[in-house]
Amino acid sequence: MTDNLLILLLVGALSGAVSGYLGSFMVLRRMSLVGDALSHVALPGIAIALAIGINPMFGALLALILAAVGIWYLSEHSEVYPEALVGIFFTTSLSLGLLITPEVELLEALFGDIDKIGINDGIFTLIGAILIFIATIAISKKLLLMIVSKDLAKSQKINTSIIDLIYLILVSCVVALGVKFLGTLLTGAMVIIPAVTAKNVAGSIKSFQVTSVIIGVASTIIGILAARYFGAASGPIIVLTAIAFFVVSFIFRRKK
Amino acid sequence: MPEKILSVTGLSVELDGHKILKNISFELNRDSTMVVLGPNGAGKTILFKALLGLIPFKGSVDWAKDTRIGYVPQKLAVDKDLPLTVNEFLNSKENNKEKISEVMRKVGFLKEAEHIHNDMRVLKTRVGDLSGGELQRVLIAYALLGDPNVLLFDEPTAGIDVAGEETVYGLINKLKADKDLTIIFISHELEIVSKYADSVLCLNKDKICFGPPDTTIDKEVLEKMYGSEAHLYHHHD
Repeated sequence: MTDNLLILLLVGALSGAVSGYLGSFMVLRRMSLVGDALSHVALPGIAIALAIGINPMFGALLALILAAVGIWYLSEHSEVYPEALVGIFFTTSLSLGLLITPEVELLEALFGDIDKIGINDGIFTLIGAILIFIATIAISKKLLLMIVSKDLAKSQKINTSIIDLIYLILVSCVVALGVKFLGTLLTGAMVIIPAVTAKNVAGSIKSFQVTSVIIGVASTIIGILAARYFGAASGPIIVLTAIAFFVVSFIFRRKK
Repeated sequence: MPEKILSVTGLSVELDGHKILKNISFELNRDSTMVVLGPNGAGKTILFKALLGLIPFKGSVDWAKDTRIGYVPQKLAVDKDLPLTVNEFLNSKENNKEKISEVMRKVGFLKEAEHIHNDMRVLKTRVGDLSGGELQRVLIAYALLGDPNVLLFDEPTAGIDVAGEETVYGLINKLKADKDLTIIFISHELEIVSKYADSVLCLNKDKICFGPPDTTIDKEVLEKMYGSEAHLYHHHD
């Protein structure tokens, strides 16, 4: 029992950490809802993975990366703006997913199943989180400059196109990490809420990112423990914990 | 014999089927100052983007081999609550503290001053909290990191009040006194042009004039650029 809880907390904390970190960039790029929409893209991937008996995380990851590349490609080569593209991708995936997923598995896919988290998931999440962190840190200065001014970034010989692609793929990976235990409906919340919370109180990029990560981790750990205690589903409790942090930060936010 | 740092031949830019620049040619000497003059929509910013290689173009843009360009864009639509400090912004280009202090001093931030935004404490200020003039100076500082020998200024005083304006041009003058610094700036103010430029390039999609300001700009040129009602005007009076 304790083993499972420890692994659960580890997976949760790692997922919360990367969600907070990537989420900080997404908030600055005004892409917060993209994380939410992308998480729905995972559904058919999960469905197919469950159908053929492999870990749903892999199915989700594949579906998400394909979507990320598709969205990136279309936004570079067409007039349709990224948000709309994500909208098209996710509604298509959701419809397909709802058709394919056997009803029995549907609830698990939509809401995640904390109890099914095992040691393999722990290892996979650990490696995934470390890779995501390293990759994001590697492009973070370029990402920040692009947020300040795309022209300035280009004038510094930054390939903004490739950075956009890498960034979208990293967002997909973060979402994939979360779907197993938060489900496709609520994973998006963790890339939005901790980052928005941190933005209310941060005075510098460094404190912004650190705070976002800390709140991501804190929300998941407190949420999982609270859910255990009250015998409730973890996903919603984690999200509500994050919201509680947000409310506090809003009350104490920096004055302009 | 003045050396050439830039040679532009037959530069044309077309975007979405519209011809923005047509057949622009000019040459620039090292250590000189050129102003690109023209009304809104004339293609001045597009010219800069072509010079920087940021957009596709026809014709040729030949910079000297040892060219290092610093670019100061016109506006930064910086989110007022973007949690990025000046120091973090500069750090995205350069980590060395001394080099950062040096460029901050060059653009007029003192070691110690009364107002937090006038001295090095501005490094800890968020970029969104700066005034227009302060942000301009920070952008110039950013451009100066990397030790450029060419500076491209896009409308250095757009959105800045009169006192601030004088500081920016005074600063450009100060930087100009540095050895081997070629400056190109975009302006639509004729007064500025005659005061600070060695040569002027008048644009309105086509090249309308090129040469030293005193001899190049006349009523005909003004008409071609601004239409028949144009005449020299002095604002801020």
